[in-house]
Amino acid sequence: MEGLSHKAESPPRGQEAAVTAVEAREVTKIFGSGGDTVVALDAVSIAIRENEFFTLLGPSGCGKTTLLRLIAGFDHPTGGSIVLYGEDISPLPPYKRPVNTVFQNYALFPHMTVAENIGFGLSMLGRPKAEIDDTVDSMLRLVRMEELKNRRTSQISGGQQQRVALARALAPRPKVLLLDEPLSALDFKLRKEMQIELKRLQNETGITFIFVTHDQEEALTMSDRIAVMSQGRILQVGSPRDIYDHPADHFVADFIGETNFIDAEILQVEAEGLTIRLPSDKTVRTPLPEGFEPRKQVSLAVRPEHADLTRQPAEAQLNGTLENIVYFGTATNYFVRLPDGSEFVVRQANRREGEGGYSVGDELGIAFSANAVQVLRD
Amino acid sequence: MTDGQVRRGFSVKHLPGMAAVALLCFVLLYAPIFALVVYSFNAGESIALWEGFSLRWYGAAWENEAVQEATVRSLIVASFASAISTVVATMAALGTTRTGPYRGRTAVYMLINQPLMVPEIVTAVALLIFFAMIKVATGYQGLAYLIAAHSAFCVPFAYLPIRARLEGMSLTLEQAAADLYASPWQTFRKVTLPLMMPGIVAGAMLAFVISLDDVVITEFVKSAGQDTLPTYMLGQLRRGISPEVNAISTALLAVTVVILTAFFVLNRKRH
Repeated sequence: MEGLSHKAESPPRGQEAAVTAVEAREVTKIFGSGGDTVVALDAVSIAIRENEFFTLLGPSGCGKTTLLRLIAGFDHPTGGSIVLYGEDISPLPPYKRPVNTVFQNYALFPHMTVAENIGFGLSMLGRPKAEIDDTVDSMLRLVRMEELKNRRTSQISGGQQQRVALARALAPRPKVLLLDEPLSALDFKLRKEMQIELKRLQNETGITFIFVTHDQEEALTMSDRIAVMSQGRILQVGSPRDIYDHPADHFVADFIGETNFIDAEILQVEAEGLTIRLPSDKTVRTPLPEGFEPRKQVSLAVRPEHADLTRQPAEAQLNGTLENIVYFGTATNYFVRLPDGSEFVVRQANRREGEGGYSVGDELGIAFSANAVQVLRD
Repeated sequence: MTDGQVRRGFSVKHLPGMAAVALLCFVLLYAPIFALVVYSFNAGESIALWEGFSLRWYGAAWENEAVQEATVRSLIVASFASAISTVVATMAALGTTRTGPYRGRTAVYMLINQPLMVPEIVTAVALLIFFAMIKVATGYQGLAYLIAAHSAFCVPFAYLPIRARLEGMSLTLEQAAADLYASPWQTFRKVTLPLMMPGIVAGAMLAFVISLDDVVITEFVKSAGQDTLPTYMLGQLRRGISPEVNAISTALLAVTVVILTAFFVLNRKRH
């Protein structure tokens, strides 16, 4: 890693008041013209910190790739601006932005060798040949591809092409690395390997990574922070834990992981929290969510693994009939039908001792603590 | 039951008489050429009466000064026409594939490919009249008229393979180059041009062959004493046929086959 040693002074991760690397300010992107337009981004604002592994997560068509392309410079915003370390780069063409991209299909130059691909950026910057050769060698070492230096890119496997694409984008030492679903073309095992590899590269280089994916598991595994996007808007930004444990709204709760939704009634709003009546007439008290708007009805989210089955009526927050049991190795899902007809899933980790002792048709209680309850914005 | 009968769907291969029709077509296509080639080696004066094997007509053609001149002229015209039309076609192909969709692009395709659709004789007459006007005005009688005419009708032949190549090339590669600090000109020089090269070479070869073979337009446009190989042969046929024409034709055929084979090999390599 000697080639990147000048980056070693970077501040530790998670530190307060970190430097903002990339900022989108009220960015709007509208495709098409006349009556036939699509709003790909709707006044999106976001600040991405230096040295962070930041993920844009959302279903296809949510605008995540559009935002990445605006940062790279392949498209230009209809409104708003893209700011890199305080400088508005929105009017600059891609080749004048100190930002590099790893493309979904890698986009390696087929008429060049692995080494020529990796050295391309530096040679376009007019760097001396000796420096290019040194950097190419250190990049090849970084992605563990030394022995394939002089191969054509058509002669190496998909996983190796992926590494070359990474090395090529990292070689000019960009201020920010953009990754557009780079793992989606790989098979499951290789994808898992590359997830770890990417994390390692980010740690070793200290470069800010902006990663686009529709795979929530990938996002949770790799990111320092995640922005969940839908229909051209950012719904929530937070650490993987924040997003998973405290989803802000229905979409985020539903898109990431599995969730039970409960419609409940608000009895009391106080500074220290909400008192909520569940459909079973039991009440729970939860902390007041940020930016809560007083209303009567509310939607709650409870993760299946944050709930338990119980035969003690006093412990039960909800009651229902056990309808189905699905065993899948590490855990078992219990599908409970509630009196209002909705379904509630409880997941219990499997232990060596054997089955939980529940059978289909049992009338059971569902227990969960008040802090397992997430009050949703919508 | 054979595999073919088991396979679902329609296959022409198993229609009765299919093989016979195919064979007949190939015979009709190639028998005359076969006869032409065989009689180019005839020892006698006839193109229909076999008198034994000899290379005398190849020798005769080789030593014939008119043939030599026409050959050199053909090669000059074809080289220039191929070079000029390929440059024009390359620019046209870039203009029709490396820009966003714009109004009238279909019309541009039509205009570029117009020489393929307009009857050659119409183009020939038009050029004859047009060039006659220029000749009167300038007094210039040289080879430039032939080169200009050939360049024009070769453009679509050069254009088609180049455009096909460009359309098969992902725009992401050019984006990747721009992302890696290549200016638009550097992107063209380092990425677009090298990758479209097989298309350019194929287009140039096709244009060269098309120019080499042309009779109609050349016959109308050429000034006195500007015979190309095909128009020289046409002139010879009017006077009476000797196997010398067979020999020239066979040589021309060989050159064309070699170039077209190279064209197909190059085209296949890109897949």
